Amino acid sequence: MEHLELFFKSIFVDNMVFATFLGMCSYLAVSKKVSTAVGLGAAVIFVMAITVPLNWLLDQYILQEGALKWLGEEYATYDLSFLSFIMFIATIATMVQLVEIIVEKFAPALYNSLGIFLPLIAVNCAILGGSLFMQSREIASLDLAFNYGVSSGIGFFLAILTIAAIREKIRYSNIPAPLRGLGITFIITGLMAIGFMSFGGMLTGGDEEETTEKTAIVTPSENNTIEISKEEAIELANNEKEIIE
Amino acid sequence: MGLLSKKDLKLITDPLADNNPITIQVLGICSALAITAELKASIVMSIAVLFVMGLGNLTISLMRNIIPPKIRIIVQLIVVATLVIIVDLVLKAFAYELSKTLSVFVGLIITNCIIMGRFEAFALANGPIRSFIDGVGNALGYAVILIIVGFFRELLGSGTLLGFKVLGDPIEKTGVYAFGYENNGFMLLAPMALITVGIIIWVQRSRNTSLIEDN
Repeated sequence: MEHLELFFKSIFVDNMVFATFLGMCSYLAVSKKVSTAVGLGAAVIFVMAITVPLNWLLDQYILQEGALKWLGEEYATYDLSFLSFIMFIATIATMVQLVEIIVEKFAPALYNSLGIFLPLIAVNCAILGGSLFMQSREIASLDLAFNYGVSSGIGFFLAILTIAAIREKIRYSNIPAPLRGLGITFIITGLMAIGFMSFGGMLTGGDEEETTEKTAIVTPSENNTIEISKEEAIELANNEKEIIE
Repeated sequence: MGLLSKKDLKLITDPLADNNPITIQVLGICSALAITAELKASIVMSIAVLFVMGLGNLTISLMRNIIPPKIRIIVQLIVVATLVIIVDLVLKAFAYELSKTLSVFVGLIITNCIIMGRFEAFALANGPIRSFIDGVGNALGYAVILIIVGFFRELLGSGTLLGFKVLGDPIEKTGVYAFGYENNGFMLLAPMALITVGIIIWVQRSRNTSLIEDN
């Protein structure tokens, strides 16, 4: 159950692109054609599935406060968490290189479709962001970390695939000239993000106790905005559907 | 501006408008949008990027002849990561609340594509002083967009600027004669950042038609 909840939450509610804006650069740059978008999306899932659990291990056994206990009692007070940026990015960069070499050697067909995207991925914010969120959300176990990596990757895949499909279609539309290309892509992404916000109620809805608990923690001002936003989000999502249809 | 030659000056002014990193080069959008719900956070983020970009460009440019081309990405990442750790520790020490607001996005400066993009495109091929100026110019171009977006989102979203009340309380609270404004909470949410940037691009390209893309 925990796994299923995390899985859907990372794909829809906390979608990498629409909720946290991670991986925006490659999302905008590589979404002109569906085929390339699929390639990049698959590469992101692949790399995230490897790097997030790996960084989880690093975080648990080297970086966290007291994580060095396994070396002996005198190391138990060490807190190396300030090194996490450099450790995570180094892991990602080396893993990407390693994956590139392995895939090239053992699966040339996969390499031909993913190959050019792999170096791009080292500097994709979604990958580092996945690891940093894994750390700040305190994901509890290795299998949950793996789950989180894969499902966040799938969320990115979904986002880049939809925007690529829309951009292929929108080429035939008559858009005001200054908005063409980048401008309209931004606005469509905004509308899609509004649509994705309506998934926010998916995990809390129905269970009365859980919702009351959650709103109690949220401060009054935030609470207010969330209420407004949900109504509007649903309304706008409906409008968006009409427009798309 | 007597210190800078015309060519160097262009390195600063170009990214501010016609070659803006966000709206034209499409770089560094990731961290730009998520933290612009407050003007203060945008300004701090801009300063952090300015620091990292200026010094990062300088460092890479000084090392450009000794970096082996094959591992240059890892070298660049390590340089940026070191600078970002400095920024992160300084923020945690002097502005703890703000560093909570920025959360992982300080760390994400590492993968900010503007920085990597400028390293690749400029610092590896130019001298240290020009690289430094280029870094500062691009960071300023990034800052301009961040501050515009942050300004409108905070003003319309919570009626404040830098935490000070600008647009008054709702009409019900203040009575008929006061200037009433109902906060548009929607501006504070993620999607509006994208739409605001979309509008900035629209305005910019309407003013300068040579920037228009052909579908």
